[in-house]
Amino acid sequence: MAEFIKKERDFVVPGDEIINSMDYLPGRNCLREGNSIYAKRLGIVNVDGRVISVIPLTGVYFPRVGDMVIGEVEDVQSNGWVVNINSAHSAYLPLSGVREFIDTSKTDLSRVYGVGEVIYANINSVVSANSIHLSMQDPRCRKFRSGRIARMNPSKIPRLIGRQGSMIMMIKDLTGCRINVGQNGIICIEGEKEDLVIKAIEVIEHESQSEGLTDKISMLLGGSKIPKAPETPHKEETTHEFQMEPSEAAEESFEEETFDS
Amino acid sequence: MGKVIDMIIQKQFISSLASRKMRIDKRGQEEFRDITIEPGVIAKAEGSARVKIGKTEVIAGVKMSVGTPFPDRPDEGVLMIGAEFSPIASPDFEKGPPAEDAIELARVVDRGIRESGAIDLKKLCIKEKEKTWMVFVDIHILNHAGNLIDAAGLASIAALLTCKMPEYDEEAGTVNYEKKHKKLPMKFKPVPITVFKMSDSLFLDPNLEEEDVMSVSLTVTTKDDGNIVALQKGGSHGLSLEEIEKAFELSLKKGEEIRKLLEKHI
Amino acid sequence: MKEFKRDDGRKPDELRPIVIKVGVIEQADGSALVSLGKTTAIAAVYGPRSMHPKWKQASDRAVLQTFYSMAPFSTSERVRPGPSRRSQEISKVTREALEPAVFLEEFPKTGIDVFIDIIQADAGTRTAGINAASVALADAGIPMRDLVAAVAAGKIDEHFVLDLGGKEEEVTKCDVPVAYMPRKKQITLLQMDGDLPPEETKEVIKTAIKGCEILYEKQKQALREKWVR
Repeated sequence: MAEFIKKERDFVVPGDEIINSMDYLPGRNCLREGNSIYAKRLGIVNVDGRVISVIPLTGVYFPRVGDMVIGEVEDVQSNGWVVNINSAHSAYLPLSGVREFIDTSKTDLSRVYGVGEVIYANINSVVSANSIHLSMQDPRCRKFRSGRIARMNPSKIPRLIGRQGSMIMMIKDLTGCRINVGQNGIICIEGEKEDLVIKAIEVIEHESQSEGLTDKISMLLGGSKIPKAPETPHKEETTHEFQMEPSEAAEESFEEETFDS
Repeated sequence: MGKVIDMIIQKQFISSLASRKMRIDKRGQEEFRDITIEPGVIAKAEGSARVKIGKTEVIAGVKMSVGTPFPDRPDEGVLMIGAEFSPIASPDFEKGPPAEDAIELARVVDRGIRESGAIDLKKLCIKEKEKTWMVFVDIHILNHAGNLIDAAGLASIAALLTCKMPEYDEEAGTVNYEKKHKKLPMKFKPVPITVFKMSDSLFLDPNLEEEDVMSVSLTVTTKDDGNIVALQKGGSHGLSLEEIEKAFELSLKKGEEIRKLLEKHI
Repeated sequence: MKEFKRDDGRKPDELRPIVIKVGVIEQADGSALVSLGKTTAIAAVYGPRSMHPKWKQASDRAVLQTFYSMAPFSTSERVRPGPSRRSQEISKVTREALEPAVFLEEFPKTGIDVFIDIIQADAGTRTAGINAASVALADAGIPMRDLVAAVAAGKIDEHFVLDLGGKEEEVTKCDVPVAYMPRKKQITLLQMDGDLPPEETKEVIKTAIKGCEILYEKQKQALREKWVR
């Protein structure tokens, strides 16, 4: 059985060899050359069964179907809207993606969503890198009429959400704010204590790898030390360099959560 | 590089030929298209040459004047080499200041001529720190059918070899362009040869379509004694050390052949 | 035998002191500062992002644009601001040194912009710039086949020397900047000014490759220092 050169949770940079073995498959952000699997991006090694992938620590938002994103309307067209979602390309919200029926002969589309307006949308399809379609069908989708926007590197969003939504729930509880989190690194905050939420976001962004982050945030927001959440057996915390939540687990959990309270 | 035809199937056709070491115009891997060298085509220039490699056509003209030497080289002549990619030569050349390809071409040709000491610059000094001959080589592309650097390098050296210096009246401080007798003092004949890669094999003298398919190229300028005086890798891919060694071999051999061709025409 | 001494006391195969700092420019998607002795380059990467104007886009990949420039105060004699023929050529060969490493195909119709500013120049500016750009691209999370390391080598007297310093440019028999991707052993930048037989030219290139391998490890170390706490 081949030895991992870079083990799970190890930090890797592009070109780093992870393992020399044909028993594994290269997953996201990895490539195979000869018998070895190499990292393509700066990030953390993740092993899921026989698939090795690299969880990126940085980089533009890479749209995935099902993600909830916060976007800004850039252009109103005859049959839909072009929306900036902080990714390499803008996304498109077609008429068919909107909940209500719109008669284009009677309605000016810019009155539905105008340029500069901010929406909470769902990624419906990613046909190719530059053909991203949004939809507003999901019950969580809405247009923001007020609120403050914060930005965070998309790769840190799982940390903001926390294991099964624990971190974001705690922040909401302690600040009383309504917080919508976009997978694309944009967050919309509504409420009186929005500046506290901003502070918490900043701390999480800069210290996402630290130990005891949950406690730190809790104390920052005027709460107390939080007892540790029950562990899922195969992802127990060990002493290793990164205290970041196992991203894959967090990613799965927030897909089921509703984020507006 | 200027793209002319981007048809995928054409590129695939050329690549698949290349993987069998064959070429679309049936040439051998190391075979150049027909080369013609015509010296003295521009009457008013001190030296000139028109070079054709296949349908690629380049004219190099040499003009000389008297000026002040560079402060860090007070006893040497001044050499300046420029290139114009005139819009007449290709649909991809635009009017205006030189684009990066033109700049690169001029600098690579300049490197070969300068580093090899092809021109005996010390003999061009008239009065140390004050007056020296200035040599301007201007490269004008007339038709772009691939391999501009090799054609331009050859035209430049041919133009310099045929260059006759005007007379300088020291007292009056004027240059007489009607009297051109003395030949420009030349020591070497540097020749740039561009080796390029398609489908893992190395070839010489890319035509226009081959330039679109090529992954990487290495221009090797060699001089009469077999030394390398300039190198320039081009293209969006990399080369292995072995490929570089092979490129040295190919360009040395071809450089020698072309030098002999030059000697015949000048 | 008389001991060979380089003007700053280095051994022939010794690099100048190396400094690499990652993430020096907050606004950029990725950034790095690299110093080789007194030569300092700062690289900033923006992208992948929308490419404008539209006609510059490539339908099947990202377009990498590289802009190399020297600050007016970077050299003994002030450099006039603005692009020169030299800086345009260096921008081109730098781009061609980095393109083989980046997975441009993963971001069609976008642009990735790399800005390299030389703030101190003492020979080897293009190689310092390439090292900085490589680290900045990785720092920006852009998928790459490998990091790209670069350094120049030459020959002084009978010795093949690594990482030419400012004063050495006058006495070296050749100046050969090389950029290298060690994993696949690919050379992505190769230029030469000089007058040397082919066999010796090969030795100079090999000397540069050894220097690249050292800088490669330094790049990894620097990235690790920023991202691992």
